[in-house]
Amino acid sequence: MSSSTELNRLTIADAAALLHKREISSAELTRVCLDRIAAVEPQLNAFITVTQKAALEQADAADRRIKGGDAPPLCGIPLGIKDIYATKGATTTCASKILSNFVPPFDATVIAKLRGEGAVFVGKTNMDEFAMGSSTENSAFGPTKNPHDLTRVAGGSSGGSAAAVAAGECLGALGTDTGGSIREPASFCGVTGIKPTYSRVSRYGVVAYASSLDQVGPFAKTVRDAAILLRALAGHDPHDSTCSARPVPDYERALTGDVSGLRIGVPKEYFVAGMDPTVERAVREALKCYEAMGAKLVDITLPHTSYAIACYYLVATAEASANLARYDGIRYGVRAAAEDMISLYEMTRAQGFGAEVKRRIMLGTFALSAGYYDAYYLKAMKVRTLIRRDFDCAFEDCDVIVTPVAPTTAFKLGEKMNDPLTMYLSDIFTISVNLAGLPGLAIPCGYDANGLPIGMQIIGAPFAEETILRTGDAFERSGAVIPRRPAL
Amino acid sequence: MAEKKITLEQVRHVARLARIDLYPDDEERLRTDMDQILSYVDKLGELDVNGIEPTVQVGESGAPMRSDEVTNSPNAEAMLANAPVRHRGYFKVPKIIE
Repeated sequence: MSSSTELNRLTIADAAALLHKREISSAELTRVCLDRIAAVEPQLNAFITVTQKAALEQADAADRRIKGGDAPPLCGIPLGIKDIYATKGATTTCASKILSNFVPPFDATVIAKLRGEGAVFVGKTNMDEFAMGSSTENSAFGPTKNPHDLTRVAGGSSGGSAAAVAAGECLGALGTDTGGSIREPASFCGVTGIKPTYSRVSRYGVVAYASSLDQVGPFAKTVRDAAILLRALAGHDPHDSTCSARPVPDYERALTGDVSGLRIGVPKEYFVAGMDPTVERAVREALKCYEAMGAKLVDITLPHTSYAIACYYLVATAEASANLARYDGIRYGVRAAAEDMISLYEMTRAQGFGAEVKRRIMLGTFALSAGYYDAYYLKAMKVRTLIRRDFDCAFEDCDVIVTPVAPTTAFKLGEKMNDPLTMYLSDIFTISVNLAGLPGLAIPCGYDANGLPIGMQIIGAPFAEETILRTGDAFERSGAVIPRRPAL
Repeated sequence: MAEKKITLEQVRHVARLARIDLYPDDEERLRTDMDQILSYVDKLGELDVNGIEPTVQVGESGAPMRSDEVTNSPNAEAMLANAPVRHRGYFKVPKIIE
C-alpha cells in the first residue's frame, strides 16, 4: 500500500485480499483504525468503550493465523460492536446508566462466531439506551454526531456503528434493528446496513428490547462486505430457540450484478406528501436506473402502512416492559441505596433508566395492564397480522420492494428530542419490515443539497437475503451514485 | 380538549406496577407524553380486526422443544462477579421478612 494511513478506507473484501497476500498485517490495519478513533472520537462520540489492548492482541493472533494459512475471510478485520452485545470481559452498557459497570461473563453467539473467524474488535459503539430511539441521542454517554455534519444526528439506535463505519474508524460493524435501528442510521451516515429475516441470526447474548422484532445485522461500506459479514453471523444456534435451522447461503455468490427481469414493487404508501422531495427524487432516480438495467417496476399497495407505527409502539413497548423487568439492581448493574426491597427496585430503576426507556416501559406496562390488554396489546397483534398479509400479497406480484429508508435526511441534534411522537414517525418506512419479520437492506442512493446521504431500502420476502443483496449490489455497480467520504 | 387517555392517578399506578419511582416533575410530563401517544395509537380503532388471528411471533420455528438437560457448567463466582452487593456466595438484599 502506498499510504498506510488510508488502510482504514479499504473495504473488507479488499483488506482481506491484502491480508491473505500478506501485503498488509492486521496489526498495521488495526493500528490505523485505532489512530483514526483517537483522532475523531472527541468530535464524533461513536464509541462508548475502545478496546485498544484487546484489539491489538486479536490482531497479532490474526496475523499468526494468516501466516499459518487457511484463515477465514474476516480474520484480522477490525470491527465495531454495538454496545448491546455481550462481550466477555469487556463492559457492555447498552448505553444505560443501569448497566454502566456490567462486564458479561460470556460472549453473545455472534460475538463468539466472529472471534472464531479471527475478527478484531476495536470497541463497543454508542447507541440509544436499550436500543430505544432513532437518533442515538438517548445514550447515557452523550449523542453520536453525524460524520457528514457534526450538527446532525447519526440516526439510531445503532448510530455509533453507522458513524464509525462512515468515518473509517473500523471496516464494518454490528448493529441491531427492532424498528429501523440498522437501516435508518445507515441511511443517515451514507453506509450499507442489512436487517436480516427475523430468526436468520441468533439473538443469544444480545440485550433484549422487543424479542419478537429484534434482529442482528451488519454495517459495511459496500453490499459485498455486508454479504461477507452476514454469512459469518447467520445460522442456527441452540441457545436461541427462535433461530432458524435453514442452511446459510454463500451470500457473496448471489452478487451477480444481474437484475434483468427482476420485478421491483413500488408501494404508493411510501411516496407520500410531507416527505422530503429530494429523498423521493433520489429513490425515483434509482428506480429508473434499475429499469435501465432490465428490471421491471410494478405498482403495489401495502394498505395498512399507516397503522404500522401505532402497532409497533404497542407491541414493542409491551415486550420491552417485560424484558426490562430484569434490571432490578440485585444480580448485576447499578443499585440505588434503599432501606427496603420495593424501594430498592423503584429507586434503582428511577436512577438507572433514562427518560425514553421509562416512557416505553410505562407505555408497555399500561398496554398490558388489566382492562387495557384487549384494547391495546391484543388489537395491535391483530393489526400486525394485517401488515404481514399486505407483504404476502405484494410478494405475489414482485420479487423485491424498493422504498426510501426514511422520509428525510439526518435531522439536527435536539430537533426531535422534546417530541417523542415526531421522533417515532422517523421510522415510518422501516417499522413494517420488523412487524412482518422480513429482510431489509439500506444502501446510499444519493445526497441532498447539503451533502447529506439519502438511503434506499430494498425489502425482500422471508429468507430472500440473496435477492435483496443482489439488487443492492447491482445498483452499487451501476455507478449511478459515487459514495462520498465525510470531510471529517 | 379531547378526553384524557390516561390520568395522573393511572400514571402513578402504572409506575408502581413497573417498579419505577417517579419524580414529581416526571409525573405530569409522562402523563402528557403517554396521552399523546395513546391518542395516536387510537387510529388502530379504525380497523375491523374481527376474526383476525393475532401475530405473536413471526419466526418459522414456532416453539421447538428441547430435552431438559443442564448444558452449562456451574460457575458461581462468574455469576456473582457483577453483584452490586454480595455476601460470600450470595446476592445480598435488604431485609425482606421482619
